[in-house]
Amino acid sequence: MRNHQGMEVSFAAAEAVRLCNVDVVAAYPITPQTHIVERLSKYVADGKMDAEFVPVESEHSALSLCIGSSAVGARSFTCTSSQGLALMNEIVYLVPALRLPIVMILANRSLSGPLSIWNDHSDVMSVRDTGWIQLFAENGQEVFDHVMIAYKIAENENVLLPVIINMDGFILSHMFEPIELTGQEAVNTYLPSYRPRFILHPDRPVTMGAYTMPTLFTEAKKAQEEALLASYPYILQAWKDWGTLCGRVYHPVETYYTEGAETLFVTMGSIGETAGEAVRLLREQGQKAGLVKLRLWRPFPLEDFLREIGSAQRLIVIDRALSPGGPGGGPVAGEIRAALYNRENRPQVFNFIAGLGGREVTVGSFQEMFVSSVSGKASGYQIFGVRG
Amino acid sequence: MPKADFEYLWDELEPGCVITEPGNSRSFYTGDWRAFSPVLEKESCIKCGTCWIFCPDMAYQKNEKGYYIADLNYCKGCGICAAECPTGAIHMEKEKEI
Ligand code: SF4
Ligand code: SF4
Repeated sequence: MRNHQGMEVSFAAAEAVRLCNVDVVAAYPITPQTHIVERLSKYVADGKMDAEFVPVESEHSALSLCIGSSAVGARSFTCTSSQGLALMNEIVYLVPALRLPIVMILANRSLSGPLSIWNDHSDVMSVRDTGWIQLFAENGQEVFDHVMIAYKIAENENVLLPVIINMDGFILSHMFEPIELTGQEAVNTYLPSYRPRFILHPDRPVTMGAYTMPTLFTEAKKAQEEALLASYPYILQAWKDWGTLCGRVYHPVETYYTEGAETLFVTMGSIGETAGEAVRLLREQGQKAGLVKLRLWRPFPLEDFLREIGSAQRLIVIDRALSPGGPGGGPVAGEIRAALYNRENRPQVFNFIAGLGGREVTVGSFQEMFVSSVSGKASGYQIFGVRG
Repeated sequence: MPKADFEYLWDELEPGCVITEPGNSRSFYTGDWRAFSPVLEKESCIKCGTCWIFCPDMAYQKNEKGYYIADLNYCKGCGICAAECPTGAIHMEKEKEI
């Protein structure tokens, strides 16, 4: 019998971090990530987790500390949101360049201003080009599972890259959901202890983070990009192994009603569940609607994406962030348009910037987007639901 | 360092550009870009080692007579030693045009 427990998703995330036998947690509390960190600090204080919990003075320090702890071979975890990620930004770039397998949960929240604590994807889009592997979870179970999966990917000796798990702030972080917890033994089998290739140790000195001259920087960046691209099969493997263990199977691009679909929604994160319900209702009305959900954002699963969109005539891409003054709408739509540009019979791309700063996006919203796209009323991109 | 940095191909770099050979800055001649050289007047030198302590490139070595001599392969000509020397025994001289 399956053993589901009702719990707040943040607590499920913290439980997953505990199950991963993380050695070091360094984080600074920020809404809506706070409950994850509070729970971890309690686990450590109560002796339920054999880890160092470092209550640092800022997010900049949190990730800097994780670099240090990961560099000595400790499994390291941090967690942030919005302004915290912005303050951390300088360090975010360093981690993949140093090839350190740190895992970070990002409880997605809009970046100020105006000041907002609510959910959108402006924070994660600000670190798009930092070189982290970036995954999106759609519900609490996926958040829980992906903590284990993220370490499995990150610490693979052929990968050695950090992973961001995106979970929508409040919509997921503060939601109570039935979660199937995995037992400690199963997690231990899935995730053996971290065997770093290099560590900082006086017995075998190495230098990490050395200066490069213009004669070497280009090669260093090429190596970093190749490493990110090469992580793809190991990401698939980590999902496959997790599926074998727990029966929940994940893919870089998830689909719903794509067969025979003429119009496909493209979503990332929790909004996919709402879009799925809208698609189900549209199908009931005889509309050829479908849904494609990007679980893997970096490295971008281009081949999977092209395969899954098949011969659809229209894509309705939902962006949860603006790219002000840009040529092509939101960041996701811009990339998808670029990816399709050289292809024959490419679908039309409609782009809706929706759910900014916690604005509700309902089943009805998707139906409206569908109607305005299919009727040809929608143009290049628009901010959905804006008054005036 | 087995070879110079400009000889490396991207796939020959260790993950994260980790340097596995400690002390390889020895093969990096910071003296290459020097525009001024420190010149020591031994009569004024009291062999205190202040120049040796302050040199950021650790270019100074003590010789058998107790004087501190800058190795010009590594001295980048910053002038810190000349500024710190308590007796003014070091002055900086412009390098000749090559
Ligand atoms: S600091 Fe001046 S006095 Fe002292 S050892 Fe160096 S050159 Fe001599
Ligand atoms: S000039 Fe600078 S680098 Fe050269 S020996 Fe003096 S302190 Fe060292």
